[in-house]
Amino acid sequence: MSLRRRKKDLTFWEKIYIPEIVKGLALTLKTMFKPKYTVEYPEVKFIPPASYRGRPVLVMEENGKERCVACGLCSRVCPPLAIFVQAAETPDEKERYPVKFEINMIRCIFCGFCEDVCPEEAIVMSKDYELAFSSREEAIYGKDKLLTPIKQVQDRINFLRQYK
Amino acid sequence: MPKIVLDGKEIEFSQGQTIIEAAKAAGIIIPHFCWHPKLSVSGNCRVCLVEIEKSPKLAIACSTIASDGMIVSSMSDKAVAARNAVMEFLLINHPLDCPICDEAGECKLQDYAYTHSTGESRFTEEKVHKDKRVPIGPRVMFDAERCISCSRCIRFCDEIAKDPELTFVQRGDRVTIVTYPGSELDNPYSMNVVDICPVGALTNRDFRFKARVWELSSTESICIGCARGCNTEIWVRNNEVLRLTPRLNEEVNSYWMCDHGRIDTFKFVNDDSRVDGPFLRHKDKLIRAGWDEALSKAVSTLKQYTKEEIAFIASPYVTCEDNYLFARFAKSVIGSKNIDFMRHIDPTFGDDILRREDKTPNSKGAELVGAIPAKGGLSFDGIMTGIKSGRIKALYIIEDDIVSAKPELEDILSKLDLLIVHSTNFNKTTELADYVFPSSTYTAKNGVFVNFQGRAQRIRPAASTIEQDRALDGMNLSRLDKFGTPFDSWANSKQRDARATWRIIQALMQIYGIKPKYSIAEDIFIDIAKNIEAFKGLNYEILGDLGVKLKTAKPELV
Repeated sequence: MSLRRRKKDLTFWEKIYIPEIVKGLALTLKTMFKPKYTVEYPEVKFIPPASYRGRPVLVMEENGKERCVACGLCSRVCPPLAIFVQAAETPDEKERYPVKFEINMIRCIFCGFCEDVCPEEAIVMSKDYELAFSSREEAIYGKDKLLTPIKQVQDRINFLRQYK
Repeated sequence: MPKIVLDGKEIEFSQGQTIIEAAKAAGIIIPHFCWHPKLSVSGNCRVCLVEIEKSPKLAIACSTIASDGMIVSSMSDKAVAARNAVMEFLLINHPLDCPICDEAGECKLQDYAYTHSTGESRFTEEKVHKDKRVPIGPRVMFDAERCISCSRCIRFCDEIAKDPELTFVQRGDRVTIVTYPGSELDNPYSMNVVDICPVGALTNRDFRFKARVWELSSTESICIGCARGCNTEIWVRNNEVLRLTPRLNEEVNSYWMCDHGRIDTFKFVNDDSRVDGPFLRHKDKLIRAGWDEALSKAVSTLKQYTKEEIAFIASPYVTCEDNYLFARFAKSVIGSKNIDFMRHIDPTFGDDILRREDKTPNSKGAELVGAIPAKGGLSFDGIMTGIKSGRIKALYIIEDDIVSAKPELEDILSKLDLLIVHSTNFNKTTELADYVFPSSTYTAKNGVFVNFQGRAQRIRPAASTIEQDRALDGMNLSRLDKFGTPFDSWANSKQRDARATWRIIQALMQIYGIKPKYSIAEDIFIDIAKNIEAFKGLNYEILGDLGVKLKTAKPELV
């Protein structure tokens, strides 16, 4: 095995370093007066655009009920089997509702297939990216954590409609 | 034999067959909704339109009698265009209910919309609205919007259940199905209309919204509702039996099964009253014990009685394997002649369609494998009088709740010094028992039932006990079973600490000093086939999915 050769040996000016250091300092100085791209997280939160795929949530209608009819398509399409839906009957017109809806956030891979396949626009990806758990049980989100008022996810729904 | 040419393939048929029947016999399925092999031809769905050469118009394959030399095409441009048009018509008023419809996944209309439809609807107007969620019978729910008016359910009630209850009313797009005034869809076979309904218009109220069909595993089994032994499929999710459906067997039940078999024969499997682990009586209370403790204590108490003082009650609910080993235990190990089983005859239950008066699946099998009194032994009634007179002091019952079946036996059984019971669930008989061994249900074991015709048919494990592993034991798996872990709520259901009765008996025999011979149920069946004339030459493979009729069905006295 032969030793890797440098493509080009350093020139004399590079060899004495000083001009290179000055060049670097000049770049630093220039950047100091440009606008900042970083934010001071967690004091300042990053608010993602509508195209962002955060954790999936269930859409809650104005009347406080979920849109979901528990068809189970999200559960069927979910590649890592993160979603479990147990349907039951409701006297409402939609006949069927999820008595239990669980997303295992350890399994979830944020692919967004669930919102793609949903025939009711009932499950959408939110902007929530802050997920931390200290046990397996905590990572299973039930309806209490998933139901989100429709107002909070309206821009995602509008975004999805552009591509339907 | 006369021949027709179907899609370029020459097929033979017998005189009088329709094109669709001839095609089916040759393994070609022409699309159909209203046609059913066991029902009369009504020809109203029009989806089986085919092109016949020299015929000016398309003809429906279900009511056109095949004649020699006919050249039929189900794939020609004209036939395909007609099928697409029919599908488009059917879908005009069919609601987009699939997300809430229980039929989704096993729906003929869904399948045909995929295979025989253009996928686009040109109909932009409002669909016709009809009644939804109509409880048309105690066990069946009707959704008028989804109905495509194929009339299969109407013809089923008229022709198979012999109880006309349904009819069409109105015309055109207002046509709907109702029950005759003052009646409802409550015949003993009503739930078969759920199976034959090609859409989700008629659905099972018991199974309603419980699970999606694609989440379930299905396993071939036999119904335990009566001596007919209808061939069934057991549908399981997360180790819970959720529904039973009939499986085609022309010799036994054709496409059908009765509602009693469909609803009443699996609820106990999921019930909280299941016996979970062995129980011993301690100061008037049954307490949980370990297997070794319970088995050795049971044997040591059994040994306190002479063989004349012990009697055995076998069961027509358990497999031939269980009864065979139980009879061997009673007759050879203990040396008792007193073994019999209780007949569960209900004259009001039988009919001339499927149901039999004998409400147990295996009384014939129990007789054949020797669960009957030996020469000079006591029969069931003899055993009971023996207990009353004090001659019989110890009784061993497997998997039969005889006290619930005959409440007057409660007083008799409470006279016993020792009562050992194998049971799947706690019941009135286990209340009196000194030892209760948990036996696995028919949904968790292999075995053979012999129906009233003398037909030996197999059951297979569909739901697992604590000792079974679905994958390693070769049970049918659903997707959830394949990929679930103990941490997933949809894969960690309760498994009971129960064993097949033959395994418990074998463990007892081992304590008596007999080396265990059998590791799986089939080992016992091979033994049965060796020793009992009726089963000669049979094994599980020969029995297959549909079973085999035994040559002789007369019990021999062993």
